[in-house]
Amino acid sequence: MTAPVLPPSLVENPRLDRWIRFQPDRTVRIATGKVEIGQGVVTAIGQIAADELDVPLDRVAVLSGDTTSGPDELYTSSSLSIEVSGSSIRLVCAEVRAKALERAALRLNCSRDDLTVVDGQFLQDGAPTGQDYWTVAAEIDFSQSVTGTAPVKLATTYKAVGQSVPRRDLPAKVSGAAFVHDVMPRNLLHARTLRQPGRGAVLLALDEAAIRRAAKGELQIVREANFVAFVSPVESVAQAAAVAATLHAKWESVRRITLEQQEAAWLQGQPSDDRRIGAPPSEKPPGRLVQMTISRPYVAHASMAPSCALAEFRDGHLTVHSHGQGMHLLRKNLAVALALPIEAVTAQHLHGAGCYGHNGADDAALDASLIALRLPGHCIRLQWRREEEFGYEPVGPAMLVTLHVDLDDKGRPADWTTEIWSPTHVQRPGSNSGFLLATEALANPPPEVVPSDPTEARGGGGTRNAVPIYDVPAHRILHHLILRAPVRTSALRGLGALPNVCAIEALLDELAARVGEDPLAYRLSILSDPRARRVLQGVAERAGWNTRGPAGTGKGLGVACARYKNRSAYAAVVASVTVEEAVHVERVWCLADAGLVINPDGVRNQLEGGIVQAISWTLKEQVRFDEQGIASLDWDSYPILRFSEIPQIMAELVGDDGNPALGVGECSVGPTAAAVGNAVAHALGVRLHDMPFTRERIMTALLKKA
Amino acid sequence: MAITFAVNGVARQVNAPDTVSLLEVLRNHLGLMGTRYGCGLEQCGCCMVLVDDQPIYACTREAGTLDGRRITTIEGLGTPAKPHPLQQAFLEEQAGQCGYCLSGILISAKALLDRNPNPTRAEIVEALDKHLCRCGAHQRILRAVERAAGLLRGRPA
Repeated sequence: MTAPVLPPSLVENPRLDRWIRFQPDRTVRIATGKVEIGQGVVTAIGQIAADELDVPLDRVAVLSGDTTSGPDELYTSSSLSIEVSGSSIRLVCAEVRAKALERAALRLNCSRDDLTVVDGQFLQDGAPTGQDYWTVAAEIDFSQSVTGTAPVKLATTYKAVGQSVPRRDLPAKVSGAAFVHDVMPRNLLHARTLRQPGRGAVLLALDEAAIRRAAKGELQIVREANFVAFVSPVESVAQAAAVAATLHAKWESVRRITLEQQEAAWLQGQPSDDRRIGAPPSEKPPGRLVQMTISRPYVAHASMAPSCALAEFRDGHLTVHSHGQGMHLLRKNLAVALALPIEAVTAQHLHGAGCYGHNGADDAALDASLIALRLPGHCIRLQWRREEEFGYEPVGPAMLVTLHVDLDDKGRPADWTTEIWSPTHVQRPGSNSGFLLATEALANPPPEVVPSDPTEARGGGGTRNAVPIYDVPAHRILHHLILRAPVRTSALRGLGALPNVCAIEALLDELAARVGEDPLAYRLSILSDPRARRVLQGVAERAGWNTRGPAGTGKGLGVACARYKNRSAYAAVVASVTVEEAVHVERVWCLADAGLVINPDGVRNQLEGGIVQAISWTLKEQVRFDEQGIASLDWDSYPILRFSEIPQIMAELVGDDGNPALGVGECSVGPTAAAVGNAVAHALGVRLHDMPFTRERIMTALLKKA
Repeated sequence: MAITFAVNGVARQVNAPDTVSLLEVLRNHLGLMGTRYGCGLEQCGCCMVLVDDQPIYACTREAGTLDGRRITTIEGLGTPAKPHPLQQAFLEEQAGQCGYCLSGILISAKALLDRNPNPTRAEIVEALDKHLCRCGAHQRILRAVERAAGLLRGRPA
């Protein structure tokens, strides 16, 4: 018999005691390396464990993001938490259940098959035995490695899995303290930073006297090379000092950027790392070549809360609390940056506001730690200023996508080239592609990284979802990874999926129009994947697609479909819009197939959130630059979708529980943006190629048409 | 200076410069962490509290201007064990993702329902439009306010 293939998390963290512990209060603690970022993962993990162990949900405590006791599962990213952590915990719990039953059978001198588990108690022929997980736990060697050989429950027997269990963390969040921002112990010092305005900038002079005058209170100034922080027992004093410092600091060697760099069009022609993925270049000269170009600008994560971290250095040990997405990686990165042995650093997750990817969370943790090392024995609470969050978080990269498609004599794609220009989508610290921001301000900054993107095996970055789900005989990607972006870029929900899906789906509408076919019928004529067909046909039915009117009336209906990363959840979306001077998205229908769903309401919440965020990106969002860097530093200059602009949304799941659980957190963003793009094109009778769809762009397109 | 006001029905006195923000007083002096900092610019609504039943941004309001006033924060609505109908409705609708924006939204919703027990969807949208939610839980939030209105109307006086 061959050994089962274990999920990567179990390969890296094989010991059972990294995952599970039976506690004296008759609860079982399940540890996960994935963290709660508003997506409900902690609740879902608890559901999986409860079913596999046969204990009620309220006996399962979930420890999340803890470097002392919990597993290292890298970052909470890429819609992988249920696929990887969930399946790991399922195997661990099944194995522990089997071991516990074995011990109980020995004690009871019976066969394991005579025993059943109810509420964590072991019953023999239905009668209590006095034995349960907690009585036998001491006899189980939890230092053993998980083998993955214990049989897991059949999906048909699940009790908690598949139920819309309410989120465990939400009651606290609607009634009081709930976030890392809300932790203020007695020995607390508040801190703010003065940010180095870009790599290489040198602080020539800092008028500390002027800053102290503005701060109006007890203030310590921590300075290390080009890193400066203001520390005070009074939060407003630290804040006032940092605000004043921006006026009283003289920098030299500040990199300048230009306005034109804020547009995706600037990317074309920049130095790039070029590669081809997929089919070799076509040898046949194109007969009926059609092209489609779509662009998206730089987009901010724009978390509701500025990044925040707590750090305390006491007796040579640094303890950090952070809302970052991967505590073990944060611990490693902090140890390197601070030249501390890894054993001298503990990192623990506390909740923050939604991040939707790599924002300033990890950077704030280093800022806090740098100060903590200088002021041992104090808990340092470092919070970024609002303008710092907008100005210094890594942003989602601009992208330009051009499709070159040669058609067969039936007007179907015969040869398809997707050409992509994009800066890197991942500069997460510790992934050999980036580092914690403040390291650039220290005496020996790390060398500049050569940008890289996630590999195709990990779903790609700029190339994510560049391969159409439709039947295309020959497909290739030409990826131009831009080597030097004007600003720091990193992971934003979906990575390249949104522009790529938009380009594919825009082109399909155009191809359908060329042969005079309905866009839905055209898609179905080149779509073999039965799961994709099911969501596409289903969403069209729900949305009343067959009542779709003619183009150019100001009212539009658009459809789009994709499978996230070409391997996670399927989502099909129909959007209905009216366009006058601006685009109003009136209704959105979404059907998704995520296979086995742990928590249906949680998944619908994620689908809905992705829909709203994608509409916001598509209609409103662009990070603005000036010479100094990012210039959109507040919510007025970086507007997002508001309550008055929210469409009526229907999100429904149609997956089959017999299929494995698929990552779902990002699957609705690409199809939503694409459906909106297609609906706008239908409403106007002319396509907008560049996001966001501003009033100005609508007017320009209409004038061009006329 | 000494500032005296009633916070969630309890008389409180705080010694702080009168220019300090109400937000800082609530969080850092009184330990009421449910009122949150989002932008400091009256642009996001995370810090919304009631002053004499009117929703105001705590991030920019100088505490010194509030001597003798009545302030209600999210902690004044209810607790996880004994939630206010609004909190109960938000939990029943699972109206939220990260939850950072919710306490401010709940406060504006309370102000709305206090003056209009039977608001239309459009009136709820209007009352909440000054609030931002980045996770996209808007539709659930609107449903939750409607549900809360129903709960409150059905509640014996």
